[in-house]
Amino acid sequence: MSAEIEIRNVSKSFGSAKVLENLSLSIPGHEFVVFLGPSGCGKSTLLRMIAGLESVEDGEILINGERIDHLPPGQRGVAMVFQSYALYPHMTVRQNMTFGLENINVAKDVIDARVADAARMLEIGHLLDRKPGQLSGGQRQRVAIGRAVVKEPNAFLFDEPLSNLDAALRTRTRIELAQLHQRLRSTMIFVTHDQIEAMTLADRIVVMNNKKIEQIGAPMEIYDRPATRFVAGFVGTPQMNFLDVTAARPGALGLSVACGPKLSIDTAVAPDVAGEVASLGIRAEAVSLAAPGEGQADGVIDVLERLGDRSLAHVRLDDGQMVVANESGQTRLGVGARVALRFDGTKAHLFDGAGKAYHGREAAP
Amino acid sequence: MTAVQAPRKPSHGPHSPDWKNALFVAPYLFFFVTLLVFPLFWGIWLSFHKADTFSSGPFVGFGNYVRLFNDKVFLQSVGNTFYFVLLTVPTLALIGLFLALALNARTRTATVLRSLFFFSSVLSVTIVTLIWRIVFIPQFGLLATVYGWFGATAPAFVSDPNLAMIAVAMATIWWCLGLPMMLFLSALQQIPGDIYEAAALDNASRWRTLTAITLPSIKRTFALVIIIQIVLQFQLFGQAWLMTRGGPNNVTKPIVLYIYDTAFRRWDLGLGAAASEVLFVLILLAAMAQYLISRRKEDL
Repeated sequence: MSAEIEIRNVSKSFGSAKVLENLSLSIPGHEFVVFLGPSGCGKSTLLRMIAGLESVEDGEILINGERIDHLPPGQRGVAMVFQSYALYPHMTVRQNMTFGLENINVAKDVIDARVADAARMLEIGHLLDRKPGQLSGGQRQRVAIGRAVVKEPNAFLFDEPLSNLDAALRTRTRIELAQLHQRLRSTMIFVTHDQIEAMTLADRIVVMNNKKIEQIGAPMEIYDRPATRFVAGFVGTPQMNFLDVTAARPGALGLSVACGPKLSIDTAVAPDVAGEVASLGIRAEAVSLAAPGEGQADGVIDVLERLGDRSLAHVRLDDGQMVVANESGQTRLGVGARVALRFDGTKAHLFDGAGKAYHGREAAP
Repeated sequence: MTAVQAPRKPSHGPHSPDWKNALFVAPYLFFFVTLLVFPLFWGIWLSFHKADTFSSGPFVGFGNYVRLFNDKVFLQSVGNTFYFVLLTVPTLALIGLFLALALNARTRTATVLRSLFFFSSVLSVTIVTLIWRIVFIPQFGLLATVYGWFGATAPAFVSDPNLAMIAVAMATIWWCLGLPMMLFLSALQQIPGDIYEAAALDNASRWRTLTAITLPSIKRTFALVIIIQIVLQFQLFGQAWLMTRGGPNNVTKPIVLYIYDTAFRRWDLGLGAAASEVLFVLILLAAMAQYLISRRKEDL
């Protein structure tokens, strides 16, 4: 019940609009892969192409070494959980789950056993004779997953399945999906625009943007060593701080960059890229507050977001640039307070004009 | 003594009914009452009286109804009407559904064909029957010509007592097909597309998708089409009057034609009103039966 999926040089257009361009990706068996990207980046289209719901214009898709992009959806050995769940409204939960198995003439006792197993695993045994209209959003979600599980597919495809759930249920279902993957050890592909879902669920994240893959990597690799400025900005909350670099010269740690007339940050990035660097990126947790005059730049707190365990201070520097810094949850500072910022340059990233990232040696996880 | 002015009571609270709102429904209500409710009750009243165009005569109780059910022509017209409903309603529903399924696509051809099939519905009954009389003209009509190509003689649809009602039904089906087709199309277009995608992933064949997904999803519309068509086809008049005048030998005489003959050609308004009430009850019963049956099977 696990598949290796190989996507080779796949392209796709809708009319004159190109949505995927020459995209290649290899997914080993048992892996939980998340396609992460903003709306319209082509992630759902790619998933639907694997499912067979969209045709493949160029390139090929293989499952376990066998080319499947010409096969109808039902014969690809995959099961999909839709964003809207797509349950058959006139059928009971049990009929929803058995429909696919009856269509391929699975023996009745096998069907009954699989439905009973899935119902037990997903705790939907008491709902089997109800119709989708009588279920809550969370229950429908479980039934949709159950319908996929009973098919014992080679791969599970999830198309933003948590986006219709409320925040609490989303967190719970996320944990349950992770447990489901641990139990079934199936290949799972999960499409989302929510980076928290991606970070918490994925073995590997495929970050997509504008028709192509920006980066493929383990969640912390994506977070710590983003390949491009887009990835750096898209992954992580709050968003990474970006400062324009006005000058760069070799420094004590590596490359020392100036971001405006008064702010200079020593990074650990090798100095040989001095000529390429256009901007610096640094996450809020690498920026801390200090008393005025005791940091690299002074400014005023514009907004203070209290998150409980920590606070996020949005500081307007004297030269007008905005930087978000991490501060203790118990901070006595308030909006309008004058503070200084300390930048941990070893955790800073540099980007060239095209968005390519350069990391310091110590930025590695 | 100075009178303390009591605070002015608001004429109406935020939730109390404001009768000014009735003005909005008044025009419709006026026509509804004068043209539908009043004639209905007047008709009932009339059916218990011996009446002609000049006066409403004495109260006769159920006398008109007794006369009616002793009148062989009336009983024949009831039978004819049922036969006509049986010929047309299932055919309209099935062909309408078939056309809707075939034309439920976003292609130019489908759009053109949809308009073409709906086109007949906008014609008046006079034009429709004229067209079909031309089709059925012996020797020169379209049907005779087509039969002629194969060296055969076309059956005399309009004059053959066994075929005359079928001819009226054919003209009616051609005329009325647009509405069921459009109702089915709108129902089909409301089925979410992802259900079909789920069915494709569930290995459902085309036939299985039709029977297990599409048809159950539009069963409410199916009931609606049947009810609308029963109500409409029970009121057959124009086609039968213009194509066959109820003949030959009254075999195409429906209830409404009987009412017309009785009330407005023989001026026996009481008897005509009684026949109208019978037709009203028949339509009501048929529609209610269909409604109840479809309700019983209705799922949550």
